[in-house]
Amino acid sequence: MDKLYAMKAWELKSLLERREVSAAEVLDSVLDRIVEVEGKVRSYITVTEEEARKAAAAADAARARGEDAGAAAGVPMAVKDVLCTRGVRTTCGSRMLENYLPVYDATVVGRLRAEGLTMVGKANMDEFAMGSSTENSAFFPTRNPWDLGRVPGGSSGGSAAAVAAGEAVWALGSDTGGSIRQPASFCGLVGLKPTYGLVSRYGLVAFASSLDQVGPIARDVRDCALLLSLLAGHDPLDSTSLPGEVPDYLAALGGGVRGLKVGVPRELVQEGLTAGVRESLENALRLLEEMGAEVSEASLPNLDYALSAYYIIAPAEASSNLARFDGVRYGLRVEGAADMLEMYGRTRAAGFGPEVKRRIMLGTYALSAGYYEAYYGQAQKVRTLIIMDFEEAFRRFDVLVSPTSPTPAFGLGEKVEDPLSMYLSDVCTIPVNLAGIPAVSIPCGLDEGLPVGLQIMGKVLDEANLLRVAHALEEALEFRAEPDPARGVGR
Amino acid sequence: MSAYEAVIGLEIHAELKTSSKMFCACDASFGGEPNSRTCPVCLGLPGVLPVLNRQAVVLATRLALALNCEIAPHSIFHRKNYFYPDMPKNFQISQYDLPLGVGGHLEVEADGESFRVGITRVHLEEDTGKTVHVSESGRIHGSEYSLEDFNRAGVPLLEIVTEPDIRTPEQARAFMQELKSIMEHLEVSDCRMEEGSLRCDANISLRPAGSTKLGVKTEVKNMNSFRALQRALAYEIERQEGVLESGGEVNQETRHWDADANVTTPLRTKEYAYDYRYFPEPDLVPLELDREFIASVEATLPELPAQRRRRLREDYGLPAHDAVILTSSKAMGDFYEAAVAAGADPKAASNWMMGELSAYLNAKGMEIEEVPVSPAQLAGMIKLVEKGTISGKIAKSVFEEMLESGRSAEEIVAERGLTQISDEGELDAVVGEVIKENASVVEDFRKGKEKAVSFLVGQVMRKTQGRANPQLVNDLLLRKLRGGD
Repeated sequence: MDKLYAMKAWELKSLLERREVSAAEVLDSVLDRIVEVEGKVRSYITVTEEEARKAAAAADAARARGEDAGAAAGVPMAVKDVLCTRGVRTTCGSRMLENYLPVYDATVVGRLRAEGLTMVGKANMDEFAMGSSTENSAFFPTRNPWDLGRVPGGSSGGSAAAVAAGEAVWALGSDTGGSIRQPASFCGLVGLKPTYGLVSRYGLVAFASSLDQVGPIARDVRDCALLLSLLAGHDPLDSTSLPGEVPDYLAALGGGVRGLKVGVPRELVQEGLTAGVRESLENALRLLEEMGAEVSEASLPNLDYALSAYYIIAPAEASSNLARFDGVRYGLRVEGAADMLEMYGRTRAAGFGPEVKRRIMLGTYALSAGYYEAYYGQAQKVRTLIIMDFEEAFRRFDVLVSPTSPTPAFGLGEKVEDPLSMYLSDVCTIPVNLAGIPAVSIPCGLDEGLPVGLQIMGKVLDEANLLRVAHALEEALEFRAEPDPARGVGR
Repeated sequence: MSAYEAVIGLEIHAELKTSSKMFCACDASFGGEPNSRTCPVCLGLPGVLPVLNRQAVVLATRLALALNCEIAPHSIFHRKNYFYPDMPKNFQISQYDLPLGVGGHLEVEADGESFRVGITRVHLEEDTGKTVHVSESGRIHGSEYSLEDFNRAGVPLLEIVTEPDIRTPEQARAFMQELKSIMEHLEVSDCRMEEGSLRCDANISLRPAGSTKLGVKTEVKNMNSFRALQRALAYEIERQEGVLESGGEVNQETRHWDADANVTTPLRTKEYAYDYRYFPEPDLVPLELDREFIASVEATLPELPAQRRRRLREDYGLPAHDAVILTSSKAMGDFYEAAVAAGADPKAASNWMMGELSAYLNAKGMEIEEVPVSPAQLAGMIKLVEKGTISGKIAKSVFEEMLESGRSAEEIVAERGLTQISDEGELDAVVGEVIKENASVVEDFRKGKEKAVSFLVGQVMRKTQGRANPQLVNDLLLRKLRGGD
């Protein structure tokens, strides 16, 4: 048998259900792995060992009684530290919330608890999910398990690194402009950004409300489908949550791609792709054709403006969402101010890092009187055009594919001083959030030993179809490489 | 007649009478231990989301319809961004450029004249919490620290903005009175100004009489009663007139009404205009109200004060003035109609309510709901007068006691032996006594001074502690005097 920490969730579930291993054994394997590699990778802001042991014991006890312990029981999970967990510190990677204990569970956390959630820790992230490398964490950067000199991507870098390094079997991330897919791509994992409204945002600390979605990060498409099915579904506490039945995502796997119409948006495969990324993409497209799909070029002309629109809309919403962190009710308060305004100023100056401040200022400016129409109003129009571009493309194509990121994982410190080049890292993923459509990233090859991700985009609420295509490609690609963070290099 | 005309527009906030708050399930009622009626949503904790209270939408629609507004089939919520510690999210969710109701109007009567006030908009928003500054004065300056109570945070508020159609402080007061009465009839708000569930700010400017150009306006705040509104506006008219007369210019500013000093003082000079950075609230979906919904709300609209006034005039033959007073609040109208239903003569009931009852309420600073007398008891008393059991004069003292004790007129009359004496035999002796004791007056009468008889009636009333039937006494006296016996 493989090392337990390295197995897929569905494999572990099957062993657990047959009681060939116990949840306690699985957890021990993961906790041991954390001891072994966490010092190098640093996936977690908080490791919740005690809570995890209780959950594993409860899962074992339930199974011993012959009861259904729940679909997530005993399979160790990392939860991005942007999701509220009752009584468990939730920092959002910020000094502002360094010691913040939520009084309630995010809806997704609550749903997973009902399915026996075994949470091993709260994963590191870029502060308030703003960033593409996890270097914007106020606490420490997380390293890429494939190469400790490189970033794991971001902002859900801790979640992805934990799963890649064997410190968790699967993870929750959040994706506002690529924050699930890009780290999944950098760490050789499967990550899915659901349709806006498929998964509840209640308890997800908001970055950009109209773009944020919670989603799974996993080791293969099956795990991804399994976790998505536990997250999805209407939540009366989220007004933007969509009504309707959730399809059986697992049942969709194995359907093949014969006759599938695949479009490759010209705008997403222009300059800036590394040779390795380009080769991996071409290889995946060739495999799709071999399996009977029809691949051709697509054009979504307004995608050229997606990045600009995104960097108006997201900061504008963030500037308002982050206004509540003022030192009055919770979180950091810098004492000693002479009056209220000074307290606000000092608290926010000390509590927020440079990237968060940059975006708050950008967003405040974009919404200010006299500039609103020129910036926010214009960006919303672009967003509408992008939505129309996708609708048009999906009249011709069943799915669209592109690289998830133009490059594999970049070096630590390489882009941190240059926000614009950091922003460009998300050029392929951002349009998906603006359009509210689902997309999945799957590993599709290596570029100089580093994983490359393929992004598959689908129509609104077409997750089952996306997963079917992803699964077919996964089988054809036979991506088997694994990192070895203990040694510090990929193999 | 002043050389200036005042132009007044009002901005009213009314807390809606929903059981829960605007975006969460917390209790929305007034009071409670500080911060006991809160949850993660109304405290603005990280990660929470708002869910719109349907009942607030129903109540807002009800009022908007009553104010003759057009109901928007599609309206949205915005975020109004500014930092203040009583606002948990540091933004307020409010309707902005697409409000729920627009373009309404209200007919109001003041001093026997009817005037029309345009309603610019009616929109929904959430209330803020309350800041308590801990210092001797209770004001922010010099306070050591401040405390926040978020019980009110997130309570649904209706904002009603009028066109600048009001010309006098009296009209402003009459408008507010009418609006309050409407909201009471609709049961959309408690309208308690002292608890802050009804608030009103005024924009006011002056212009030369006959001009159509608007002058520079000030915004007056902190008017906690209708009386305060009227007085503050009267003061502000006088003040602005003084400024203009002396060749000065009115500053565009917000002014605070100081009810103790009877003046308005500048609240803050607007060094810069606030920039609220409004943008559509991404956490809420647009509010779509279809025709069926609007029709269903319309179908449940109760009778409004204007309709009730018309009915009171038509059904009971009341004068217009009576109808206005009796509909000044829903409770007043309800009391009146219940009294009439219990058998009171309509005009008599109106007279008692507008006279003795209103005087009593004013003197005690009470609301009609608080008096212990029931409409049926008022009717009972009126019937005693009608039957001649008690005289009108006695009735006044009986009613006073009813108001204090809550006992019925019958009880009081029986206990105090106040029944009117209508028995000739019983009165005969007293009449004889009075004639004997007032020989000179009798003489006057006989010489042709007919009016002298009222003095004699008065003497009989005095001797009977007011219980004698005055008409009967009069008849008896005339008979005896003319008869010469």
